[in-house]
Amino acid sequence: MPFTDSIGEATINGLAYVGDLARLTGGAVAANFTQPIWSKPLRWKRAVHQAMAVGVEALPIVSLIAFFIGVILALQGAYELRKLGALQLVAGLVALAVTRELGPLMTAVMVIGRSGSSFAAEIGTMKVNEELDALQTMALKPVHFLVAPKFLAMVLMMPCLTVWSDFMGVLGGGLFGVTNAGFTWGTYFHATIVALVLHDVLTGLIKSVMFGLVITAVGCQEGFSTGLGSEQVGRSTTSAVVKSIFAVIAVDLVFTALFYFAK
Amino acid sequence: MVKQEGASSDVMRNNAIVVRDLRVRYGQREILHGINFEVPANETLVILGGSGSGKSTLLRTLVGLETPSSGEIWIRGKNFAGIPEPERDELRKKMGMSFQSGALFGSLTVGENVALPLREHTQLDESTIQIIVRLKLDQVGLSGFENFMPSQLSGGMKKRAAVARALAMDPEILFFDEPSAGLDPIIAAGLDELILRLKRAFKMTVLVVTHELASAFLIGDRMILVNKGYIVANGTPAELQASKDPRVRQFLDRVPEPEVAGEIDYLQMLTGESPPIRQ
Repeated sequence: MPFTDSIGEATINGLAYVGDLARLTGGAVAANFTQPIWSKPLRWKRAVHQAMAVGVEALPIVSLIAFFIGVILALQGAYELRKLGALQLVAGLVALAVTRELGPLMTAVMVIGRSGSSFAAEIGTMKVNEELDALQTMALKPVHFLVAPKFLAMVLMMPCLTVWSDFMGVLGGGLFGVTNAGFTWGTYFHATIVALVLHDVLTGLIKSVMFGLVITAVGCQEGFSTGLGSEQVGRSTTSAVVKSIFAVIAVDLVFTALFYFAK
Repeated sequence: MVKQEGASSDVMRNNAIVVRDLRVRYGQREILHGINFEVPANETLVILGGSGSGKSTLLRTLVGLETPSSGEIWIRGKNFAGIPEPERDELRKKMGMSFQSGALFGSLTVGENVALPLREHTQLDESTIQIIVRLKLDQVGLSGFENFMPSQLSGGMKKRAAVARALAMDPEILFFDEPSAGLDPIIAAGLDELILRLKRAFKMTVLVVTHELASAFLIGDRMILVNKGYIVANGTPAELQASKDPRVRQFLDRVPEPEVAGEIDYLQMLTGESPPIRQ
């Protein structure tokens, strides 16, 4: 096959995949927001169940990772700031880096590992076991039944997790600040608040909602496209993780650029 | 839809299922090559055929899991393949399907599995749903298993639970995919007995896909034999038994197929078509 043909084919496949994700997201938005108005009720019980799994159960690991990231950022920042004699700026550096970028991103990576993969595995296993077919023969729509509650849970929980992750990151930076940079906890938090504006936190939260949408769409799409046989479930789970990380970073790039130039 | 008029409309009305010139393809390859048959109401039709004969594709198409490339499927007087999705869903509520693996939802208990279609499609209150669930499980001989998870059930029990779920909405037509596959003869006989009992008690139209001859002759009022995507025989069990058609005889007398030499031969065996020439 000529080189240009393979580029064309890859582009078409890529666009088709994005189209599938958009269709899935559209179906879930309809199921969550428009259909409850006149026909099918919202599956809030399933959404709450998912929210517990996606959000509440992820708290310990997200907290720990965010805390570590905060400490690491402070250490790395201090290495350079010390040379300039500006060690007191470490609070602002950690605050900005965590709220604008690393808080949402690391939370997304943790959620991909915990939930994106499990969405793909759950739906993939259901496909292999003919459960998706069974849903269809019972006149139940997999998007309405399975995907919509996951979207709702993710869109609600990602910003919550991110805010918590931001806080834990700042706490991690604070540990360094208090022990090595002459801060007290009070002065460290004061320096953090002074360094931040609402816009910093909000851009992070907007990104986290977008990450939530992307992770759910990719996880579910990979589940639906699972082939026959149980080894395919493993393959689609791996693929969900890899594609989600790529998609999250791509979305991050787009939104960061958007926030930068739209300012 | 034009065919609904005139003489053929009687056929559509008097039969629970009418299939006309049904063709199904996967990509470029045609799997079913113009299938025609009828299932009169309250009768049991057994679809026989070997592995790869197209019988499972036929069943999947009848319940709407595959889209035919052409042809008509009339169910309760409506062209199932040609009506819009909401109408098709309404028709699906009158059909029950029991899958080969059971296809119970692993995250729900047996009771919740049976209750699912009732919770989704009816306005019944919880206590009524619980009564119906107990009743349906009782009908398939699984009383008291409401709170078990599907993974705690044996193969035969899973299939019974799946039948209970298929019965939940009081369907008029029941579809079974390989009900006795993977079960020991005693459990398989129990399932045959269950199918017969359901048909007698509830006057249901039953359609069973199987390759188990003993079970087919026991439960079938009529039988069709599918071979390489064509129907090669259609009649009562006695008529099939008396058939002299070599393909029917081969299947009923269990004559082995010649060895399949390679991939191309295998594809040819599956589809009954000449394989595409490789570039």
